[in-house]
Amino acid sequence: MTTKRKGKLNFTATFSIACVLLIIALMISILYGDAKIHLTTIFEAIFDYNPKNQQHNIISEIRIPRDIGAILVGVALGTSGAVIQGVTKNGLADPSLIGLNSGAAFMLALTFAFYPTAPFLVMMFAGFIGALIGGFIVLMIGRSRSDGFNPMRIILAGAAVSALLTALSQGVALLFRLNQSLTFWSAGGVSGTTWNQLMWAAPFILVSLVIIVSMSKQLTILNLGETLAKGLGQNVAFTRGITLILSMILAGIAVAMVGQIAFVGLMVPHIVRYLVGTDYARVIPLTAVVGGLLLLVADTIARMLGEAPVGAIISFIGVPYFLYLVKRGGRFS
Amino acid sequence: MTRLKGEQVTIGYGDHVIVDNLDVQIPDGKITSIIGPNGCGKSTLLKALSRLLSIKSGAIKLDNADIHAQSTKEIAKKIAILPQSPEVADGLTVGELVSYGRFPHQKGFGRLSAEDKKEIDWAMRVTGTYDFRLRSINDLSGGQRQRVWIAMALAQRTDIIFLDEPTTYLDISHQLEILELITQLNKEQGCTIIMVLHDINQAVRFSDHLITMKNGDIVADGDTEDVLTKDILEKVFNIDVEISTDPRTGKPMLVTYDLCKKSYSEV
Repeated sequence: MTTKRKGKLNFTATFSIACVLLIIALMISILYGDAKIHLTTIFEAIFDYNPKNQQHNIISEIRIPRDIGAILVGVALGTSGAVIQGVTKNGLADPSLIGLNSGAAFMLALTFAFYPTAPFLVMMFAGFIGALIGGFIVLMIGRSRSDGFNPMRIILAGAAVSALLTALSQGVALLFRLNQSLTFWSAGGVSGTTWNQLMWAAPFILVSLVIIVSMSKQLTILNLGETLAKGLGQNVAFTRGITLILSMILAGIAVAMVGQIAFVGLMVPHIVRYLVGTDYARVIPLTAVVGGLLLLVADTIARMLGEAPVGAIISFIGVPYFLYLVKRGGRFS
Repeated sequence: MTRLKGEQVTIGYGDHVIVDNLDVQIPDGKITSIIGPNGCGKSTLLKALSRLLSIKSGAIKLDNADIHAQSTKEIAKKIAILPQSPEVADGLTVGELVSYGRFPHQKGFGRLSAEDKKEIDWAMRVTGTYDFRLRSINDLSGGQRQRVWIAMALAQRTDIIFLDEPTTYLDISHQLEILELITQLNKEQGCTIIMVLHDINQAVRFSDHLITMKNGDIVADGDTEDVLTKDILEKVFNIDVEISTDPRTGKPMLVTYDLCKKSYSEV
């Protein structure tokens, strides 16, 4: 057959290539910056760390945490988007478009206002609760009475709820004079990532990812439609509930780490489905890697442009992509 | 013997009752068709009997046990259902799709066992879909797709299969192909088949047992030949029919029909 069909690439090969690209991107990202660093210095810094060497310090205290932070946030947002798109059967869904990000940001604004010295674990928890509230409101409005979720209703509800929550966040910021930090939260940036944040965020993100991967077959079956999934003996409400909560944990942590970054969860699963098809056993792992890659590359570019907000860089590609998908009617892939 | 029956079943959405206090029995190893006008509750009854829809009161019993009280996965080993026009799963191959029929039999991460593979192959061969097992479902015609969905239901290896309007949107030759496949499954595998059909002549020709419904109630049920009478069809569909004998099958068939009165049938 000569016509090129989507979903025809070999998964193992594609996944391996994506991993290699991620490692190369990580190397480049660590090397690039105001202070010139050699490739060998990276290995020295990792395997033979000298606390008095300034280059080693830059690598281990600034660049590596920042890059790992970028990768983790990409993994979290991409996976969260893939799950939400699958569960709501909505090709336009994304953690930011269904109110998770703005909900998390709102709860974080409240946390900043009332508990300015909150440790990162508390912020992660606040992010998750916020994502839960935002997502719950949007999904309840967007859920049609008969069967499943209505894509356009979810998008509209998401836009309205996000606008409301963002306005509330800004209100809180004005009231408590948080303006400075909130600009940062709404634009999104990974420059401030510390080892302490990574220590808390990484386990939650990775465990959520592992659970989602182990449930990937359930997601594929859910995607065949509620009726068929029930007929095959799936506990549909349970599968939906667990996977949605995991996607909210992922989005909440991502926002707690870097603020609001939209469109990663929208674009990455689309690209991945185009490459390897709709089986979630393939979609989820590849989405995680490609999501990490996308955010790492975007952050490196942001740094090259003199600390542009990474969220803005992503939106630069994400907005046209979103409009293109809307024009196609939000079909699933 | 009837393994599957409904006792005083009431079904509805919210306050709206669609089926009220209905008793129904499905004969084992036979093909049963449910016919009736639009909105009479036939699809609703089908969904309730296959436990997809919960009921307000009464009980659906399989082997004398309430199916709504059992784990949905256990029921999926005994009952398979092909919904009306299932959504197309983009990008999945025929083989992958049919393999999901093994879902109720799998544990843990769901690797396919040798037995699973054997059942999947069998289901694809019986339905004539084996040759395109590596093709994407998107590339198939409506008739081929319908056979893939049937293969998936067969891979579940259940004694009972429900089909909700399996011939909708298919042309006449593909309709016959699907109905003949269903008959073959019934004869060779002894599957109990329950389906909703729109075409009365097809229902008569391909089923042993007929359930006619109107306004959420069963008007008549029994052997096809006994149910297909002028009186019953007038009651159910408000039509005046001429019934003759199909020269090829020897079964009754509608030769011609008209609306009984000029008035529209009340819903």
